[in-house]
Amino acid sequence: MTKNEDNSNTQTDEISTKESYLGQAWLVIVLSVVSAALLIWVDFSLRDKIAENRKRETYRQIPDLVPGSSEAQTQEISISDSKGRPVKIYLARGPQNENLGWVFPASGSGFGDNIALLVGLDINVEKINGIYVLDQKETPGLGNFITDYDRFRRHFENKSASEPLLVTKGKPIGNEVPALTGATISSQAVCDIVNSAVGEYRDSALRELQKLSTEEKNNPETNENF
Amino acid sequence: MSELPRASQRFFNGIFPENPTYRLLLGMCPTLAVTNGVQAALTMAAATTFVLFCSNIMISLMRHLLRPHVRILVFTLTIATFVTIADRFLAAFLPEMSRELGPYIPLIIVNCIIISRCEACSSLQNCFISAMDALGVGIGFTLGLVSIATVREILGAGTWFGMVVLPPTAWEPWAIMLLPPGAFLTLGVLLAIVNHLTTRNKQETKEG
Repeated sequence: MTKNEDNSNTQTDEISTKESYLGQAWLVIVLSVVSAALLIWVDFSLRDKIAENRKRETYRQIPDLVPGSSEAQTQEISISDSKGRPVKIYLARGPQNENLGWVFPASGSGFGDNIALLVGLDINVEKINGIYVLDQKETPGLGNFITDYDRFRRHFENKSASEPLLVTKGKPIGNEVPALTGATISSQAVCDIVNSAVGEYRDSALRELQKLSTEEKNNPETNENF
Repeated sequence: MSELPRASQRFFNGIFPENPTYRLLLGMCPTLAVTNGVQAALTMAAATTFVLFCSNIMISLMRHLLRPHVRILVFTLTIATFVTIADRFLAAFLPEMSRELGPYIPLIIVNCIIISRCEACSSLQNCFISAMDALGVGIGFTLGLVSIATVREILGAGTWFGMVVLPPTAWEPWAIMLLPPGAFLTLGVLLAIVNHLTTRNKQETKEG
């Protein structure tokens, strides 16, 4: 740019300060609308693919979250949550089709963005087998350690699912999970998400289980063939 | 005020004389955080280059409409849009990488390489020059990330791009290279080598 152009720029500056706010900000407004439209389009075209990836990842985690279960035998059960929205929970089964446990998807807000979890439970929804973090955008180096097994996730193993999990900054006793240093909010968020998912889906899961076992009793042969 | 660089100058400047990693020391967050594997570093560099390229072109097209008061806002808005697009595309087509990079992809929004290019080049010069500038800087950034990742992955895991280079029987991996201190060590050593070579080159040209 030459010196001349520089001068002309300062002149337009003086004029633009006299203009209305809209005169200065219209570009931002137009740009936000265009960006929003673009992002909506991108989201619509990629949403299914992302959901499919998420589902594949969920299935891959099931043998870890419910020991002894096999990915192929997993049964997807549609239930509705407390607000009436449809949710899919997963009944984990062993190679002989025996019911072994449950995997509940759970999500809620963390410190940064939404956290999406999987919670593995025993068949009677009494004990937590473990958790897995599907998606998180917590602070790197602090909150993102919620994905770390040794630092955080292992503390959820073998906790009772009948009473809510609590976060503690000291030594954990009973149903307490130690908070990550510097990431109490993220740790609390994960516990809250687990608690609400377990509380919300427990009854539906048990009901579905009962339904399945009565079906099995009524026609055991079809089930064996299946 | 001197003339602004031409397209070819912009392109080559970005690769070395103004390499974002080794010369300008910009964008240190991804440089330190995602260089523990070549794959992750390459994905990061590609995503950053995509965002840089698109936003440089967009800003360059809008450069006559920019008002000084709101220009940073316009830059950020444009960058954020393309970062979100890059993030969604990674989640759809490279889910593993998207998981590994996690919050670092959205953090491209605050990568100062991109906003500095908007300010220094695309808000002043035409579309073609800005595009060449973005490509040059993108290549420079890619070289920076991949060189650091190469050292860290080979020493830290004995692999390169996931392939075994140093078999575990012959090489005890230095776990520290994969951890944050390894990033600082590698960056420091490589930076020292690059500086040493450039000073020597300069002296040689002076003497010759």
